[in-house]
Amino acid sequence: MSSFENGWALTLIVFLPAVGAAAVLAIPKAQEEAQKWTALLFAGVSFVLSVIVAFQFDYGAADKIQFGPDSTLTWIGAINSNYAIGIDGISLPLLVLSTFMTVLSIIYSWNHWPEPHNPKVFSALILVLATGMAGTFVALDLILFFVFFEVVLLPMYFMIGIWGDRNKVTIPVLGMETEMRLYAAIKFFLFTLFGSAFMLLGFLALYFKSGLETFSMISLSGGGAERGLEGLAVWVFAALFLGFAVKVPMFPFHTWLPDAHTAAPTVGSVLLAAILLKLGTYAFVRIAIPIMPEQSQNWAPVIGILAVVGIIYASLACLAQTDMKRLIAFSSVGHMGFVMLGIATLTDIGINAAIIGMVAHGIITGLLFFLAGSMSHRYHTREMARLGGNQKLLPIMGGILGFTAMASLGLPGLAGFWGEFLSLLAAFNPLDGLSIPLFRTLMVIGAVGTVLAAGYLLWMLQKVNFGEPSDEWLEHEMHDVDGYELAAWVPLLVATLAIGVFPKIVFGATTDAVSEMVRMAFGG
Amino acid sequence: MIINQFLILGAALFSIGVYGVLARRNAVLVLLSVELMLAAVNINLVAFDRYLQDSIAGGQIFALFVITVAAAEVGIGLAIVLLIFRNRKSANVDELDLMKL
Amino acid sequence: MSSLLAFAAPLLLAAEDGAPKEFSDGGVLAEWAWLIPVVPMVAAFAIVFIGKRSPWKGWGLATGSMAFVMIYGAILFISNLNKGITYEGSVAIGEIGTDPYGHTLGLEWGWMVDGLSIMMYLVVGLVGFLVFTYAKGYMEGDIRYTWFFASFALFGGGMLVLVSAPNLIQLIVGWELVGVSSYLLIGHYWEEHENSSAAIKAFLVNKVADVGLFIGAIIISLSVGSFRFTDIMAVIAEGDSQSALARFSFWAGVAIFIGAMGKSAQFPLHVWLPDAMAGPTPVSALMHAATMVTAGVYLIGRLFPFYNTEFFADDTRYIIIIIGTLTLFLTGLLALVANDIKKVLAYSTLSQLGYMVTAMGAGAYTAGLFHLFTHAFFKSLLFLGAGSVIHAVHSNNMSDMGGLRKYMPQTFWTFLIGSLALAGIVPLAGFWSKDEILASIQYAGQNYTTAQGGAELANFVLVVAILGAFVTAFYMTRAVSLTFFGEYKGHGHPHESPKIMTYPLIALAGFSVVAGWINIPGVIKWFTEALEARFLAPGDHHPEAINFGLAAIGTVAAVAGIAIGYFIWFADRETQKERDKFRIPVLYPLLEHKYYIDDFYMDGIVRPLRGPVARAVDWFNGHIIDLVINGTGWLAVRIARVTYWVDQRGVDGVFNASAAATGGTGGLVRLLQTGRIQQYVFLIVAGTVVLVAGFIIF
Repeated sequence: MSSFENGWALTLIVFLPAVGAAAVLAIPKAQEEAQKWTALLFAGVSFVLSVIVAFQFDYGAADKIQFGPDSTLTWIGAINSNYAIGIDGISLPLLVLSTFMTVLSIIYSWNHWPEPHNPKVFSALILVLATGMAGTFVALDLILFFVFFEVVLLPMYFMIGIWGDRNKVTIPVLGMETEMRLYAAIKFFLFTLFGSAFMLLGFLALYFKSGLETFSMISLSGGGAERGLEGLAVWVFAALFLGFAVKVPMFPFHTWLPDAHTAAPTVGSVLLAAILLKLGTYAFVRIAIPIMPEQSQNWAPVIGILAVVGIIYASLACLAQTDMKRLIAFSSVGHMGFVMLGIATLTDIGINAAIIGMVAHGIITGLLFFLAGSMSHRYHTREMARLGGNQKLLPIMGGILGFTAMASLGLPGLAGFWGEFLSLLAAFNPLDGLSIPLFRTLMVIGAVGTVLAAGYLLWMLQKVNFGEPSDEWLEHEMHDVDGYELAAWVPLLVATLAIGVFPKIVFGATTDAVSEMVRMAFGG
Repeated sequence: MIINQFLILGAALFSIGVYGVLARRNAVLVLLSVELMLAAVNINLVAFDRYLQDSIAGGQIFALFVITVAAAEVGIGLAIVLLIFRNRKSANVDELDLMKL
Repeated sequence: MSSLLAFAAPLLLAAEDGAPKEFSDGGVLAEWAWLIPVVPMVAAFAIVFIGKRSPWKGWGLATGSMAFVMIYGAILFISNLNKGITYEGSVAIGEIGTDPYGHTLGLEWGWMVDGLSIMMYLVVGLVGFLVFTYAKGYMEGDIRYTWFFASFALFGGGMLVLVSAPNLIQLIVGWELVGVSSYLLIGHYWEEHENSSAAIKAFLVNKVADVGLFIGAIIISLSVGSFRFTDIMAVIAEGDSQSALARFSFWAGVAIFIGAMGKSAQFPLHVWLPDAMAGPTPVSALMHAATMVTAGVYLIGRLFPFYNTEFFADDTRYIIIIIGTLTLFLTGLLALVANDIKKVLAYSTLSQLGYMVTAMGAGAYTAGLFHLFTHAFFKSLLFLGAGSVIHAVHSNNMSDMGGLRKYMPQTFWTFLIGSLALAGIVPLAGFWSKDEILASIQYAGQNYTTAQGGAELANFVLVVAILGAFVTAFYMTRAVSLTFFGEYKGHGHPHESPKIMTYPLIALAGFSVVAGWINIPGVIKWFTEALEARFLAPGDHHPEAINFGLAAIGTVAAVAGIAIGYFIWFADRETQKERDKFRIPVLYPLLEHKYYIDDFYMDGIVRPLRGPVARAVDWFNGHIIDLVINGTGWLAVRIARVTYWVDQRGVDGVFNASAAATGGTGGLVRLLQTGRIQQYVFLIVAGTVVLVAGFIIF
């Protein structure tokens, strides 16, 4: 086995961006071109490597961990934590998605630097974020996972806190007035940290109380660890659930998301929506279900109910929004609700639906945030009431917005459909032992949610794209999409269509892996 | 006993010296009074030396040391007083509270 | 597939002529039929990207693709008449896992070539081609000419994806593609808020119905363990009353029918269709004739054995009949008060769709689809004729028309033929199909059990259907009178439309005359035989001969409608609105407000949801959930302040106090240091004296 397949490929994919961040920071502040090219180079190489990995991946053995190191590489020997990495069919699509989105973010940033300018630090933060995201998807050791999971917080905190929205807001309840970016950044950081503190507690309990004294996901899975926990298992799952659910975010732990998205700079929103939200759902699939199958079964109804409440709730909240970006942010909560519904069914169809839902949401909502960013870049407002006639002023951008909104409402033939439809499909026949009437009710309510989703997206399109442009824009000279924007968006458009028409791009990797995982966890 | 007279003389001289140090305002006179006190000590040293029949005459040797040191001390002391007088146009010790700093 | 035919064999044996029907697989022709949906879809995309530089700015590509479909469809139709074709091709696009029964569920794209889909290919291709041709004249000079043809090609392509679907997933894909392209086309003039609202309404009403389709598709496919129609039909052919599909069939049947109600605009989900007139007239023509509204009827046709087999969804049929009957009668009445000529036609479409659905519910597969077939021709003809009129007078309102037969003779004559065909006058197309529907309902009334619709119900429905035929003739007479007779009431000088618009009218008028002749009971059975080419025979009843009694009653109803209409409206010179109030007493306010259904939807559902409910949720989000979050933050800050106070005053106090004590003492002691040597000496002496005194005393 070549060293490429022996851990090095993944290591390079994960850590090249971090090296790139250091390199960018070493370049003098004035040389912005050099900084951009360096950032693009490192992110690009990381992406190309992940594509090579995707091509070399043995799809016939998608359920096996591949590309991991042969031998055990001790990391923190004292607690038996190892540098255990590897990918299987579940993590592969998400890994490629994360490197892909990083490259596109850097391309988009080329001439869209939020205030205060400073491309140097900003691109370094993107690269650090990339390391965290990719690392989370390849980590097979709980402590390693935790570290990567937390690494993403810091760059995102700074992105929101420094480059974020400077409008003043009055915080509900507190009555304090502060800048949006500060409130959002702190809320985001503390909220997720709160969750992950519990998650870490859960990990520690798995280590000490399961009797296995290991952090290896593979050794812990299969139910042995859960049996070792005995009565503690329910609390451990609760801790893990809290950590993951905050990150997803599931209702009612979602309120950091709209604020963070609204305040974040465009690229921050894109990466937040496209990848960061997936860390939570991925953790459910990768950690919660395989390691604690029995508790997953006990908790599945709760997760399912919260997911569906989230779908309806977020859609209704969307209807009330006047700010375009905030609307898209709330729509994320709804879409992640479908993903979680799929996971809650605990069937291979449901989890498959969840993964394709994650990928599709990453691509589509990422693109929506790009668009919202570019539009507010031109109009200097995100108030939908003031926009309108965008289709006339910026026809290409309006067209792309229309296409993406259609994809987001789950139009069949585009990527968003599979996740939505198949998670409903899975809810009809959940895992044996789960309440069938409950899940079928959830299916019907979730299906009603698709109507509401269509409603808010179409009304958004009507407000933003259609009608005559208001007089205030007529004297402005508007520039339609530029080259960098197209370069960042066209790949996403193509991916949306490609996955929609040929979902095997994702299913080809995931189906076997998911089936095997479900079989391992629940037998049969 | 013969030593008593010497001791009384020493005590008297010392007391006069103390009185001079405490009462006189002129720095030169204060110095002179200090010399008186040293002289009183010298008398005591020599007197005890003889009285105790010291085999190596330590008392007398100490007296010589004291005289030497006193001479040096007066030299430096007068020089300081002179400098103070030059700077301050006065040698009145009441006005000299530089040590308070 | 061969195992499937084995399942189907017993039913095939039961077919009319008693001998097993053999079908061919269609050979190369069927193998390449995937081009039928793909060509228009590719054309649609091509027009988006290179349309402005292509010949005729996109019209060429769009119409070319439709011409291709028309020719391919015609060839298939003819060879299907020779010998029935049943063929199914597919390409796997991913597996999604296994269901609890161990079936591996796979996703596929595919193409179905059988009697039903071939008929639809022909209708879509033929009507599409003519409408596209007409649109070149109608849309000349439009601001988004190229974009219009891109959406239009997508509309046709989406319908063909739907029609060619061999599995439920692809059907849903095509279903929604039709929905989205109708959204684009209805909202074509999106500068006006009304138009984009109509587009959204169409999309959302359809989306509501799609919930039904989704759920129905999920139930059926998971019960069967496959998305393929052939697998579903195989389960039905077994006829096992204990199979999973049989157990869920009632709910699945209802859910699927709800889906069909959306696209086929059945009462009470019909509200989007009249508003959909906001789009350009060719869109209405295509939408009402060949694509979109026929999808629901097609869907029931595709799943017909499911609805027509005992133990399966046959117990949902009375629901279908009731809905269809309500639609055919209630919406027909609405056409009586509409002033907009396109709305008159829209309500008439609703009414005719009601006929088709009623027929399907009565178990008359061929009759329902035959009406779909003939209706496609005369309804597109009527819409294109209306478009031609609108093109000439620049208004949709009949109060601005009148007397146009003198100015636009070709439009007038073709429109008249279309109206007569719609009214069901012998020997035009509508007569044959409507008569067959009436006969089928009568048959259902005589033979079906309660579960399948019920005899009394069917007899009642028959009466309503005949009344409906009267109403149809009545409102068409009104439309023709107000538009073409009397004095011209509009502005300017109307003139006949260009040839590119009138030739399609003439062609369609020709089809409106002859289309019915391919299925004359007892004489020509081409259409019936063509539609029988299915993997599983639909198993419906065909009348053996013309039922002269029913035909006479139907014709009398239609003629009566025309006659009464003639006396009331013919040669009327004035605006109709005020008079309609007298002519249709009591009902008028109800009809004027469209039975208040729209008002109910808007004020009862949409506005509350978008307004108070949404705001309440948003408020809840900001004030209740965030109350916990921000409250925690607030509490943390308060606790922190207390802690800080304790820290500053308590913990730090100890250290500060000792420091202060040290400082104070130092301040006191420092008083001793005067700097006066004499004082020091005094103190030394005094101290010595005290010490000496102490030694002496103690």
